[in-house]
Amino acid sequence: MIDDVLALGRVFAYLSLITLGGGIAAYPELNNLAVDAHGWLTAAQLDYLFGVGQAAPGPNLVSVAIGAATAGLPGALVVLIAFVGPPALLAFVVGRTWARLRTRRWVVSLQRALTPVSIGLLLAGCLSFAKGAITGWMTFTLAAIVFLVVLRTRVNPALMLLAGAAAGILAFAVA
Amino acid sequence: MRSTATNDATHTPHVLELFAAFLLIGATSFGGGVIAHLRSSLVVKHRWTDDETFVEMLTISQTLPGLKAVNLAMLLGDRLRGTLGAVVAVAGICLPGAALMYAVGVMYHIERDRRLVVAALEGVAPAAVGLILATTVSLGRKSFARLDDFVFVALTVICINRLHVPMPRVLIGVGLLAVAWYAFLGREGGKGSGGPQRD
Repeated sequence: MIDDVLALGRVFAYLSLITLGGGIAAYPELNNLAVDAHGWLTAAQLDYLFGVGQAAPGPNLVSVAIGAATAGLPGALVVLIAFVGPPALLAFVVGRTWARLRTRRWVVSLQRALTPVSIGLLLAGCLSFAKGAITGWMTFTLAAIVFLVVLRTRVNPALMLLAGAAAGILAFAVA
Repeated sequence: MRSTATNDATHTPHVLELFAAFLLIGATSFGGGVIAHLRSSLVVKHRWTDDETFVEMLTISQTLPGLKAVNLAMLLGDRLRGTLGAVVAVAGICLPGAALMYAVGVMYHIERDRRLVVAALEGVAPAAVGLILATTVSLGRKSFARLDDFVFVALTVICINRLHVPMPRVLIGVGLLAVAWYAFLGREGGKGSGGPQRD
């Protein structure tokens, strides 16, 4: 048990630092370590849990589910700290440094240059997410309606997702 | 670039207000697109920060390892209320999802009612696409308005989605290209760099 907890901490601290560009980036390595190397769960279970983590509110914390399944509450807590802590600490330090340097000329031009790249990354993530989510005219219409409503009004985004969930149940489960 | 003194016009939240806002986002931002919820709450609803600062923090958080939403919470929390603000922001955004994933992990072998969940997710996913796209458009309004900015946006998307170049390489490659381009414009006598479009 204690070995499991330590291994979980080690694996997820490592994964946290190779997660560059969203949780999905570390997925292959997560699969290697959690499924193949340690046998904490099967590939199918990981696939399902990752999907649930993606749908769950907040950042994708599939790591916590793996920790809980492997070593209960201690596993979940250690994983949460190991996975969130290192990058958060790094972000803190970089953020402070950035704030101190932000009036320097090269920092200003670096930011100027990286802004469109950052918007591009957001758009790219959205498009690859759309590839799996937009499966026909119905899902396309739903996405288009939400897009326009969110752009034009100040509606709480959670309401739009709830409406989407209701539409999904009506269309796919009832039909 | 105009000075960012306009930030002073936005008011500073109390630490508890900050925690409550991030906790609410952490609890309601299901289906993906935490970034959209963060902007909707912090920029649109509370007006604690503006789009310019939000994009700046987003750029840093995307450039660093870790989950984007966690990094962004850390940076914005620190910007708004210092170290304590950073801690409560990260805790707030993570706790609801972590509690849920703990529950899921403990009973992941139970297969009951998965059909209904899957159906609901089939509807949530396209709604999330619309939501994220709208947020991207709002945040990128400035970048979409200038041809050279737009080219770098498009180049990034093509590299990632079409050519499947790994993200760190795109960041460095297109980033360096953009740095070189704006440095070139600056040397040209500022005819291109003189028009930051703002609305």
